[in-house]
This record gives sequence, C-alpha cells and structure tokens, in this order.
Amino acid sequence: MDNSEGYLIELHGIVKRFPGVVANDGIDLRVRRGEIHCLLGENGAGKTTLMRVLYGLYRPDEGEIILNGQPVQMTSPRAALNHRVGMVHQHFRLVPTLSVEENIVLGLDEGTGPFLNFRKTRERIAAIANQFGLSVDPQAKVWQLTVGQQQRVEILKVLYREADILIMDEPTSVLTPQEVDQLFTTLRTLVDDGLTIIFITHKLDEVMRVSNRVTVLRQGKVVATLLTAETDKPALARLMVGREVVFRLKKSPIEQIEQREKLLEVNDLHALNDRGLPALRGVSFDLFAGEILGVAGISGNGQSELAEVLTGLRKSTKGRVFLAKKEITNCSAREITELNVAHIPEERIRMGIVPALSIRENLILKKYRCPPFSHWEFLKNKEVQENAQCAMSDYQIAAPSCETPAKLLSGGNIQRMILARELSENPNLIVAVHPTYGLDIGATEQVRQILLAQRKRGVATLLISEDLEEIITLSDRILVLFNGEVMGILDAESADIEEIGLMMAGTWHKREEL
Amino acid sequence: MKRLVSFKVERRPVASGRVVFFVSLLAIFAALMVAGIFFQIYGVSPIRAYQLILRGSLGSRFGLTETVRRAIPLLLCGVGLTVAFRALFWNIGAEGQLLLGAVAAAGVALFTGLPDQLLLPAMFIGGFIGGAAWGLIPAILKVKLGVNDVITTLMMNYIAIYIVEWLIHGPWKGPSMRGFAYTDTFPRAAWLPTIYGTRIHWPTLVLGLVLAALMYILVTRTRSGFEIRVIGENPDAARFAGINPLKTTLLVMLISGGFAGLAGVGEVAGIHQRLLGPSHISMGYGYTAIIVAWLARRNPLAVIVTSFLFGVIMTGGDVIRVSLGLPFQLINVFNGLILFFLIGSEILLRYRISFLLRR
Repeated sequence: MDNSEGYLIELHGIVKRFPGVVANDGIDLRVRRGEIHCLLGENGAGKTTLMRVLYGLYRPDEGEIILNGQPVQMTSPRAALNHRVGMVHQHFRLVPTLSVEENIVLGLDEGTGPFLNFRKTRERIAAIANQFGLSVDPQAKVWQLTVGQQQRVEILKVLYREADILIMDEPTSVLTPQEVDQLFTTLRTLVDDGLTIIFITHKLDEVMRVSNRVTVLRQGKVVATLLTAETDKPALARLMVGREVVFRLKKSPIEQIEQREKLLEVNDLHALNDRGLPALRGVSFDLFAGEILGVAGISGNGQSELAEVLTGLRKSTKGRVFLAKKEITNCSAREITELNVAHIPEERIRMGIVPALSIRENLILKKYRCPPFSHWEFLKNKEVQENAQCAMSDYQIAAPSCETPAKLLSGGNIQRMILARELSENPNLIVAVHPTYGLDIGATEQVRQILLAQRKRGVATLLISEDLEEIITLSDRILVLFNGEVMGILDAESADIEEIGLMMAGTWHKREEL
Repeated sequence: MKRLVSFKVERRPVASGRVVFFVSLLAIFAALMVAGIFFQIYGVSPIRAYQLILRGSLGSRFGLTETVRRAIPLLLCGVGLTVAFRALFWNIGAEGQLLLGAVAAAGVALFTGLPDQLLLPAMFIGGFIGGAAWGLIPAILKVKLGVNDVITTLMMNYIAIYIVEWLIHGPWKGPSMRGFAYTDTFPRAAWLPTIYGTRIHWPTLVLGLVLAALMYILVTRTRSGFEIRVIGENPDAARFAGINPLKTTLLVMLISGGFAGLAGVGEVAGIHQRLLGPSHISMGYGYTAIIVAWLARRNPLAVIVTSFLFGVIMTGGDVIRVSLGLPFQLINVFNGLILFFLIGSEILLRYRISFLLRR
C-alpha cells in the first residue's frame, strides 16, 4: 500500500512477546537508504529486541521484514548477513583469547581447504581500517584491547562481511568523548560510502549529533518518527520518557577543602596492566571527606588499574597509598573492604555479582564473615533474610523475592543491589567505576542521587567514568588521566570541557598546588 | 508455514526442582533406550535384559545387599565430588584418591602394630590423609601454577594405579601369599564388621550417610560453603569479595580426595582384608562417582539416591555376565550413555520447548 521507494528497510507490525512482557507491540519502522537512523528509547523500550528481530536473532511473533521492497525471512544472523545486515552488539561477541584477525574471520570460509591464509585477510583488514579510520593491531589478542578498540574490531567484523546495513546497539556507552567523536566520524564516512546505519541509543545528545532521522520507542511501541533537524532535545526527552527530565542535579556546596579531613592520599603510584606494561606512572592525588573526585580519561589510560590498586585487586609496583593516615599499599581486597571501602566495580555482571546465587546471598557477598550474618562457621539465615528485605525496600530492588537469582534482574536492579551491598556499612571511601554505564535514565538519576547523598554524609568518592557529562555533573574536582599520568586536577565549577578534552588527549594542565 | 506442528524454544528463568527431576529421568530413559540397541546386537531382548538386571540387583536379598555394597564407595566418592564440582574444580581423580586411601589403610593395618581398638580408626584417618594428599597435589598445581585440574587429577590416577601394582608385586608382597600379588591378610582387628551374611561393611555406609548430610550443611549453611559456591559460580566476584582461592580450593580437594580415600579404606578393610590389584580394589568407582555426583546435580544429599541407583547398575553388570553371558563392560557403555545424555539434557534446564499446533 505504501510507496516503498526510498526505503531500504521496512518493518511492519513487528510483535515479539517474551514470557510476561510484550517487548515489541506492533512496531513499524522505515529506514531510508544512506541515512543514520536513531532508535531512541529508555532501557526496556524494545529497541534491542526490534534490532535482534531484524538481525535474525529472534523470530517475530507477528509482522514482516521488507528489504529493498522484498519481504525477507531473517532466520539467523547468517541469513541477515546474506542480506548484508550486520550488527554490533552492546556486549561484544568476541573471543578474548583469539587475535583481532582471527576474530574477524571467525565463521568465514577464508583460506584454502583447512588452512587459514592470514596474509590476504590482513591486507583486507588494513584496507578497510585505513578507509574508515579504524586503526587496530590485527595481531593483538582481543583481551588485551580497550573497550573502544574492541568495538572497532566489531565494526571491522561487520564491514569485512560486506554488510551495507549496520546496526549499532548503544555503541557509545563504553566510549570516551574523543572515541565517540572518532566513532561518529567513522559512521559519517560509512554513510558517505553508501552504508545505512541504525543507531540504538538512549542519549539525546547523540541523536542530535549523528542522526538524520529518529524513531522514538516507548514501552514497545513507536511514539514518533521525526527528522532530527526538526526537533530538539527537550521534545525528544518528553517523547521518550513521557515526562520532563531534570538534566542538572542539585549539589550542596562543600565546605572549604582545608577544613576537611584528608581521607585518601596517593603518592607516586605505579602499577602494571594485564599485559605487564606500565599502566600507572606516578599517580598522586589527595581525596577529602565529603568530596567527589572525578577521574576523566580515555578508556585504557590507567583508570581501571587505578581502581583495582586502590581496592586491593591489583598490586602496585611503586608508590604508597594511605587511607585516613593508615598505609594500605598492597593490602588485600578483604583488608581494604574491612577498612570500610566500597567498590562499585567496572563490570558489574562479571565482577559485582554471582549470577546464579540469590539476591539474598549476593547482598552478603562481602560481609558474610561478619556478624550478624554469620556466627562461627554458620551463616545465619534469619539475619541474611532481614538484610535482604531491608535492602530491597531501601534501594527499590524490583524482584519477586529475595530468593530470585541475581541473573534474572535488569541492569538497573543489579546496580541498585550492588549499591545496597556496598553502601550498607556506611563506607568512608567509595571507588565507583562507570556507576551508570548502560542504565536507563531513571536508574541513572537514582544512582547519581545515591552518590550525592553519600557525599553529603561526608564520604569521599572517587568517581571513574567515561561519561564526561556525568563527571562534570557530580564531581567537585576533576582529575584527568592520560597514559597512566595525572594531566592535572581541575575545579569542576570552573572546568572547561575543551580543556578537559585536551588534557585527555595528553596536554599537561598548568600544575597547581594540590 | 505449512508445518502442522511447530515448536518454539525459549529461555527458562529458573529450572524448578521438579523440572530437574524429570529431565534427569528423561536422560536415564534415553540412555536405557540406546543401551537397548547393544543388547539387541547381542541378540538379547533389551526388555528381558532390564528385567533380569532389576530382578538380580533388587529382587533378591543377595542382589540387594550387593547393590548396597557397591553403593558405599560411590556414595563416599560422589559426596566428595559434589563439593569439588560446586567450586568448579573438576576432580576426575577420585579413582586414584580411593587407591591411595586403600594403600594408606593397608600400611596402617599391616605395619604399625597399633593396639586393636585403635587400628580401624587409624586406618580411616590414614586413608583420609592418603586420599586428601593425592587430591591436594592437583589443587596446589592449579591455584599456584594454573595447571589444568582435569589433566592432573586424571593423570594422578595412573600414578596411583602403578604405586599399588608396585607395592603388591614388590615391597608389600605377602610372604604367606605363595606368589600371588597380594599383601598379607590384615589382622582380624583391621577387618570392618559387616551386616551378618552380607558384604555390607556398615561402618563405612554410616560414615557415607553422615558425611552426605554434613556436606549438605557445609555447602548450604556455612561460610566455607558460601565461599565454595561463589568461587564456583563466579571466580571474578570471588576475587572482588576477597575470597582466598587457595584456601577454598585446598578445602574442597581435602574433602573430595579425603572422602575418596575413605571409600578405599572401606573396600580393603571391609571386602578384601588385604591390598590387591587396583582393578580388584575399585572397579572404576572413582569414575562412576563422577556420574553419580553429576546426576545428583551436585547436591550431596541427592548422592544417597544416585549412588544407590548406580549400585543397581553395577550389580546389573554381574547379572548380565552371569545370567546372559554378556561382557561386564556393557555396563561401562551404559554409564557412558547416562553421562552423555545427562550433559546433553542440561540444555533442557536452561530452555523450554513448547509445541504449537497449527491448523
């Protein structure tokens, strides 16, 4: 009935049900050839589900997919790739122990007979990488790469398979501002080269910056499809959440730093990364009670190692760390936990929770040895139970019961559970790494409010984040890391984004009295 | 679209106990079906074979007691293995740990000259230490050097087998055995009492039942059990929580190896009263116990049931040899099939398949 001319992809009335939820409820989506089309919506709005239907990972319960005016059956990702549709997932699908080139050819019929021929592969990878500015060492093992580099590998993988429709699922959630810029440049180049890109996001800035058109989803339905040029952020925000969103958080002013207790003192800290190369080269800073110190930097410049050294998960090779004047250099994770240091880990599912265990048990992960949760060798079920019920109501962890395995929780609920656990002992110091990564607006706001409430209580917080807006919003001071060195520490009130950007790229800030 | 029946595969949130039970039954049933083909090849009707096996292992007093006797080492090894498997330590070495337990018990019985009342307790303690020591070597290698536990525990079995062979052919060969490769018979005080008229050495059975209950409590109710489960389910989270992997791994292998060692004590002190060839001491209990533990879904209490079930199967092996003249090894085929289908059926615990009828 429609004139499908100009539309490369048409999804008609897509319905996808999961037990208990309708993830996609009759979605119509039309994407023009050669555009960047944003799919905007909160977590759980059905964006990823819809794209998994298009990519052949899910079979829709109803509805049809039309490519180039022809109805197609997307029965598997392989079928999707045959139709030249490729997808870069939010959580990467790479084999960490294999090299970049091995990952790229994985599943392809390269070489002759049973033998792989990497010479041609290498040349092609290099050609594609050069053309689109996706430089990465093809022989590096994937586990050694930063998240940003891994994403490049994922894009290369899709391009190597000659896809001309590229689905990007929340690609910026792991990137630094510079990497985001780089990614956007890459995406532009790709579009200029004739590709069509569907870009899933819940960040309004990105929609405005990168897209030609935007489709807003809410609760499994399309709310609107708009030309980006004809709309603005507040309008999109209203469409997306159905209510007004506060962009700025109110911070209570902090007292003069001189009057505050110096809680954490880091002196000339050195440490190696997983590859045995220097990751921290003489990091020094002080952190005061009641202060949030934001650590900005491009991913892989020592932030993860800094958090790990401070929480006892990695040994430093030189330098000293003092917590409330007590030396904690190279103490074990347990010793540091017992000094009331909270750690909100970088990869919350990999490290922060035990997916198969219940919420109840996850909530005592760090304090199962202490009263009241255990007596001698035995765990005390009643106390563990009560603790879980308090935490679930205090932190609004939505789950059928505290017996529910943690793996069944949504990202926001998992993070609330981790916060409940880490903050329950009224910590002195919080080391928070990417605390709102991948969370929807509601959960993000809540996590930030919780951190600000802790700050008001006088807690010192080291906030490591790659979301610069988050750092500027929450921090009192901002420390910029580059190549394992402190480029400078700025006052957040007067900080200039341009300057932070330059420092993140390796420009020294005029050294000031810290 | 023209198919009359189509099916849909969905992720299952959590498998309930009932689902686990029925899926396990299904796996055993599938193994019975495929094993039936082998009986058919030998020209024996599978139904008749299964009837004979059931009658032989459960239908007579002798069969039943043999079943229980076989279940005892499976129970002890299996309970220990559930603990190791909970911590994701793949102990394939219960066989060797059992043999070392037997060696230690034989050494105590023959050479220490302890007073009679102390002899049996000392043999159990020695057997526990022997099995545990054999289990701790791979544990240390894994935690300290990252050596694969499957390979080391498996290889240690062969070392254990040759140690036993060497002892019975060499230094411990019994002068009164007239050239047979046995040690001397243990003194009477080192014989485990049996239920009258059977070969059920009941002290070992009681020990197995008590340890199954204790391990259930350990895993579900204690701090160490919590550490074991956290390490097994997510080693990164364990590191994050400050759990010491060395301590926990040593603990599970102390338990797992030690219990297998106790099983070895039971076999030499309860059945043979001497140390003899490794294949006579064990008949592969340590390997079968892997399936026992896995069928019990790593629940120590459920091992009581699954070890009895495999007691039935092993006794069934005698039946098919004696009554049908078929090789005993058919039972190993059957065991292999059960493990195969059990592991295959794991997918049914994670996914739900629903069939839809279409017009």
